Amino acid sequence: MGAIDTVEPGAVERDFSRVDRVALIAELRSILPPAALLVDHEDLKPYECDGLAAYREMPLLVALPDDETQVVAILKACRRLGVPVVARGAGTGLSGGAMPHKFGLLLSLAKFKRIIKVDPVARLAVVQPGVRNLAISEAASPYGLYYAPDPSSQIACTIGGNVAENSGGVHCLKYGLTVHNLLRVRGVTIDGEIVEIGNHALDAPGYDLLALITGSEGMLAVTTEVTVKLVPKPQLAVCLLAAFDDVAKAGNAVADVIAAGIIPAGLEMMDQGATVAVEEYVRAGYPLDAKAILLCEADGTPDEVAEEVERMKAVLGRSGATEMRVSRSEAERLRFWSGRKAAFPAAGRLSPDYYCYDGTVPRKRIAGLLEAIAELEKKYGLRCINVFHAGDGNMHPLILFDANVKGELARVEAFGAEILEMSVALGGTITGEHGVGFEKINQMCTQFRTAEIRAFHRIKAAFDPDGLLNPGKAIPTLNRCAEYGRMHVSGGQVAHPELPRF
Amino acid sequence: MSNPISILQDQVRAALASDTPLRLRGSGSKDFYGEVPRGSVLDTRGCAGVVDYEPTELVITARCGTRLADLEAVLAERGQMLACEPPHFGPDATVGGCVAAGLSGPRRAAAGSVRDFVLGVKLIDGNAEVMNFGGQVMKNVAGYDVSRLVCGSLGTLGLIAEVSLKVLPLPVEEATLLFRVSEAQALERLNQWGGQPLPISASAFYNGDLGVRLSGAGAAVRAARERLGGESIAPDAARTFWLGVREQTDPFFAGDEPLWRLSVPSIALPLDLPGRQLIEWGGALRWLKSTAPAAQVRDAAIRAGGHATLFRAAAGVGNVPVFNTLDATTMAIHRRLKQALDPKGIFNPGRMYPGL
Repeated sequence: MGAIDTVEPGAVERDFSRVDRVALIAELRSILPPAALLVDHEDLKPYECDGLAAYREMPLLVALPDDETQVVAILKACRRLGVPVVARGAGTGLSGGAMPHKFGLLLSLAKFKRIIKVDPVARLAVVQPGVRNLAISEAASPYGLYYAPDPSSQIACTIGGNVAENSGGVHCLKYGLTVHNLLRVRGVTIDGEIVEIGNHALDAPGYDLLALITGSEGMLAVTTEVTVKLVPKPQLAVCLLAAFDDVAKAGNAVADVIAAGIIPAGLEMMDQGATVAVEEYVRAGYPLDAKAILLCEADGTPDEVAEEVERMKAVLGRSGATEMRVSRSEAERLRFWSGRKAAFPAAGRLSPDYYCYDGTVPRKRIAGLLEAIAELEKKYGLRCINVFHAGDGNMHPLILFDANVKGELARVEAFGAEILEMSVALGGTITGEHGVGFEKINQMCTQFRTAEIRAFHRIKAAFDPDGLLNPGKAIPTLNRCAEYGRMHVSGGQVAHPELPRF
Repeated sequence: MSNPISILQDQVRAALASDTPLRLRGSGSKDFYGEVPRGSVLDTRGCAGVVDYEPTELVITARCGTRLADLEAVLAERGQMLACEPPHFGPDATVGGCVAAGLSGPRRAAAGSVRDFVLGVKLIDGNAEVMNFGGQVMKNVAGYDVSRLVCGSLGTLGLIAEVSLKVLPLPVEEATLLFRVSEAQALERLNQWGGQPLPISASAFYNGDLGVRLSGAGAAVRAARERLGGESIAPDAARTFWLGVREQTDPFFAGDEPLWRLSVPSIALPLDLPGRQLIEWGGALRWLKSTAPAAQVRDAAIRAGGHATLFRAAAGVGNVPVFNTLDATTMAIHRRLKQALDPKGIFNPGRMYPGL
């Protein structure tokens, strides 16, 4: 350990190649029943990737504990033996955050499926981390309540994963992200200590560890229980579909809606490539000649919705909408949304593979970014269709490709890297809601300077001094940024001139 | 002309070089809050001004020394607001102090707390490095959420030099209703209403009077008024009342007894404590003016599932810690986080807990 202690946290990748698999199996067998420890190749195979299938790694072992005591014992054993630990929920993440570590234990929380309590009066639910996002809303539904953040994978993704990624969804402009909808997280540190973060009041003494742990991508602690807020279901929701003959006009219309003092429950944008693709697939009735469409949702009491829809129509009309349709029934509203929600599978029908990116830019930059993406399509010879959480400036370009064509994935990665770096240059970020994971680790070196990266590593070390929780994810080593900077010299400026080159 | 943030950075550097602890301070409007301030004063007010504000982005970026009142005036001109309604506690309260204290006002239960609206900060850490965390966009999950971590940290983790805040449109309409009920009835109703889609933006109960503010679209406010009943309060009187609750100028807060802030689950039953109580946030915040022993107040808060802060007290209350004690594991994490961002302990030493 001596050599490691003298190096600043996060300076270089740690070498875990000497992890003792046999010793780890012996330890874990004393903690877990036989069926809860997977050691054979064919049992490990299903865990080799998460929702980002382009990157795969076989884990050393997979553990499937079903109570917190086992989690504590497992983490203590891994700490003692110096074994990396990667926590995993449903494996729906899109940034490789739950991609296994070659020399590490994959810790599946899939058996933590219990909804412990739904309290309709206090408007909260206490759940285990393996509970699916949508299952919480379903359990709350009889009381007229629901859990607001609704990532598109909500039928499958788990709340533990949502906490790790600070997941969003189509309604976050009005209802917030995961961080705004949590009251408490209970977790276990790599030392096997239980930490209670937050409570059922609206604040807790001390530092805001709840904000810190949310979105920390499994780097600080392993979640074993979560309390979420439940909010009343709106009486009515109505969706307005507006078509535009120009992408820039649609982008400006988004700003105009906000400027008018309206916070829509959802505000989504799709470009022509996306509408045409989904129309063939789900027949949502989108106008196919439009260069872009907006889906703008109002919710609340019937009177309130009627008032807001009129205001939206007036604004969008002035912004140059060529056509507007207001959903007249719940069925029609869902049909308007069906196209947006089918964007990913529709992309999958157009092309053998697609790759989804996740940058955020200020709203006013949406149109400019779309133009730039159109240029990049030509540069890389790849098609890209675009869907946006426009209200938040969070875009999801879907780059279409064929992984069996040699070199295509590399072109996709270069294309995506340019989009993300452009997002940073436009005043945005490399990830709005999918997380950095393994995928965007290099772009972190673009978004942050060495000082911030160092601070992140020191924060990580405050929880996990040996760097055993999810190594190689979320925060790049200084060494990696130095290497990446050497590859990406922009405008004659090296990104990290102060770093020694390894 | 020097960049005002570089000037602050130089001051931090100098303090580091001479091992001088710093007491970060704007106008001093919140000097009373937290443990006794120590260290040599670093006045942030030279670093002032709104750096960027685009109403259509719903984001404002301001330097730490900007007067909160100035920032709110800039927003009001464009029909927007800080939805967490942070208390000023003085005419010259600054934006930096607002974020460092992390205190929210009457709208908190409905709209969110200060930290919910923090999007990014420029932070000077204990190595005198100027760092950027978060940004100016609503959705951003790159890196740990340091900008929200420092919100409410009482300046102990670094100097918040600049902050970007999410803003929201001012409600189209507001109305305040008054109900005469017992404390138990008030708590029951507030929790019941909280589970229904009603535009309740603030509540306050004291001495048999429950005030409820509705904010939102005209139709929503009108419908809720009809449904809830109660007595309508004239707009001017209502504004004065909510401002009094927010700024603690309401007569309830007068008097020499210590003021306790009990943050508890909204469903906590009436707390049986000597003194008088004003209840906000749908039941989740209970202000207590009382000379009861600290242990009694804290026990009541803990039994209810919350915590108690000795919010304001005249000197001589004795050696009572301001904040609830943290458990050993959590305190150890706090110490290591302090070490990570302020290794020499120069920022606001002891303002929150001894050793932080």
